[in-house]
Amino acid sequence: MAATREGDTAAVVCLRGIPVSPGLARGRLVVLADERRLPSRVRGSAGEESSRMRAAIAAASAELAALMERAGDGEAQAILAFQVAMLADPVVSERAFAAIEAGDAAEHAWRTAMDLQISGYHEADDLYFRARASDLRDMRDRVLRKLGGATAPAIPPGSIVVAADLPPSRFLEIAWEGGGLALTQGSPNSHVAMLARSRGVPMLIGIEQADLRGHTEALIDTDNAVLVVSPDGELAVDFASRQQRAEIARAEAQRYVNAPAMTASGERVQLLINVADGSELEGLDPAGCDGIGLVRSELALRDAADLADEAKQYAAYRRILQWANGLPVTMRTFDAGGDKPIAGYTVDGEANPFLGTRGVRLSLLHPEVLSTQLRALARAAALGPLKIMVPMVTSPRELDRVRVLLEGAVAGLRKEGLEHAVPELGMMVEVPAAALAIDLFDADFLSIGSNDLIQYLTAASRDSSALALLQDPLQPAVLRLIHQVVEHAHAHSIPVSLCGDMASDVRCIPALLDMGLRSLSVAPAALARVKSAIARYRAARPNGEQIA
Amino acid sequence: MTSGRIKVGSVLRARSQVVLTHEGGLHARPAIKLTQLAKRFDSAVWIALAERGPWIDAKSIARVMAMKTPHMATLYFAAEGEDADEATSALARLVESDFADGGDEGG
Repeated sequence: MAATREGDTAAVVCLRGIPVSPGLARGRLVVLADERRLPSRVRGSAGEESSRMRAAIAAASAELAALMERAGDGEAQAILAFQVAMLADPVVSERAFAAIEAGDAAEHAWRTAMDLQISGYHEADDLYFRARASDLRDMRDRVLRKLGGATAPAIPPGSIVVAADLPPSRFLEIAWEGGGLALTQGSPNSHVAMLARSRGVPMLIGIEQADLRGHTEALIDTDNAVLVVSPDGELAVDFASRQQRAEIARAEAQRYVNAPAMTASGERVQLLINVADGSELEGLDPAGCDGIGLVRSELALRDAADLADEAKQYAAYRRILQWANGLPVTMRTFDAGGDKPIAGYTVDGEANPFLGTRGVRLSLLHPEVLSTQLRALARAAALGPLKIMVPMVTSPRELDRVRVLLEGAVAGLRKEGLEHAVPELGMMVEVPAAALAIDLFDADFLSIGSNDLIQYLTAASRDSSALALLQDPLQPAVLRLIHQVVEHAHAHSIPVSLCGDMASDVRCIPALLDMGLRSLSVAPAALARVKSAIARYRAARPNGEQIA
Repeated sequence: MTSGRIKVGSVLRARSQVVLTHEGGLHARPAIKLTQLAKRFDSAVWIALAERGPWIDAKSIARVMAMKTPHMATLYFAAEGEDADEATSALARLVESDFADGGDEGG
């Protein structure tokens, strides 16, 4: 229900929604009605209706092409290109023309033909294809407007637009600067949400329905997932100051997007990214980072059959190396189990899966699966600097066994004459037993997985918000243990990095750099703000004095 | 990717198959590239998700998108006509290269 408060004129209305593009925006409220009404007219002959139909499709195509040219960026152009291609495809309109031949009016024939195709997308299991229904509605309505000779109502620049759904082509016609969008329907995977994200337009979906007649102003606050209509004085003042702070932080971080990570004293820090699979790399410029510090290879698996498919795995790894284009890439072997079950592979019904058969424990239970992945990885290593990292290592024997399997995989490839390289083999340091006895492990490199390390060290489950205080990454026990691992690595010239959430948390950056860590792996979205935090860092204690 | 061709009477027929490694599946952007490339050949060109069909007109963006092809599906191409061989191998190459080429030149 909408919460309302009485006021002199229009009362404040707060509508909750789901943020799909972050930000704060305030402006004039524009509520878009559904464009359903079509002027009635006398139907012409089949020949006349056919040529009206053809003319409307051509006019809609021309309008989209002009919009594409103005849009300028690749994302917007690709979205519009889909509609242009569909309009040019006779298959799309053949049913409409057949209905016109049978005596139907152009509007009705077009709407019926399009609705049939739209419902086909609505029924798709895949979210991406389901979201294309909105592109087709967009296209349907543009042609209908052309048939009726109507133009869409103009929207003043910087408005807060509220609508049931907003087609991507309409989104591109609006001057957004400073404005925002709130939809009662919508999907985070829709093209309009992608556009809002890429253009930095704050956006909410799924907002509650409310009668907004009589209101003229609104603000969108994605921090609080809310659309506030007719905000009162106090709310507006608080909002304005948050908006100002956010703007300063954003501008500051933006300066660092494509610059290398460097401390205030000019020391270079290697800044890598964590990715699930290749799809995240689309639209990301490798120049913004120093490589990939963690590929969560298990997230590309669809089912147990993929575990045995060396060709598929190789293709997925190759794509990532092609993106990296010579920058280092660290691939983690399947880290299934725990919160990432795979039917037919992971162990069912464990009482405590986070303390159960997961990571390398599971891999060693299925050596044939691990060997297949190691072969795919060694083959991909021929394409660029690839390193293999083993998750959840607890005892030195586990890493030794993986090394034996890697040697076996490499020997097999050599015998078969398949192109390959021998990758370095390192380990995640995320189990306290391994961190405490790190000198006993034969690893080519170390990567500290702070999320699990903190959870296991503090005996506090990661998914419990009630225990958040116990999971403080800056508590002495955590810092001392990480420091110990870093010291050991430095003393023995073993490369060491940290790839948990701690590295993306700007509060933790000074502590991590104080310990001597000079390699961090972060979420792609955190690159700019982490670089900006590194740039503010000046080594206070040159000799790495004891911390905590 | 594998390919082959046969000659039936005077008609050239060719086939190829390739795994779709493109993340997310045959989305709008790759589907547009694929249909644009198919349209450059005089031969009739089809696409399918199984060796025995059903075969879909590879020159129609509406039909290709309606296949809703998922990531890692195997795509089969078939063509019939003078340039059938070139068509099926060019399409398989486009998919294999993860739609890297054939885009900018696609008219």
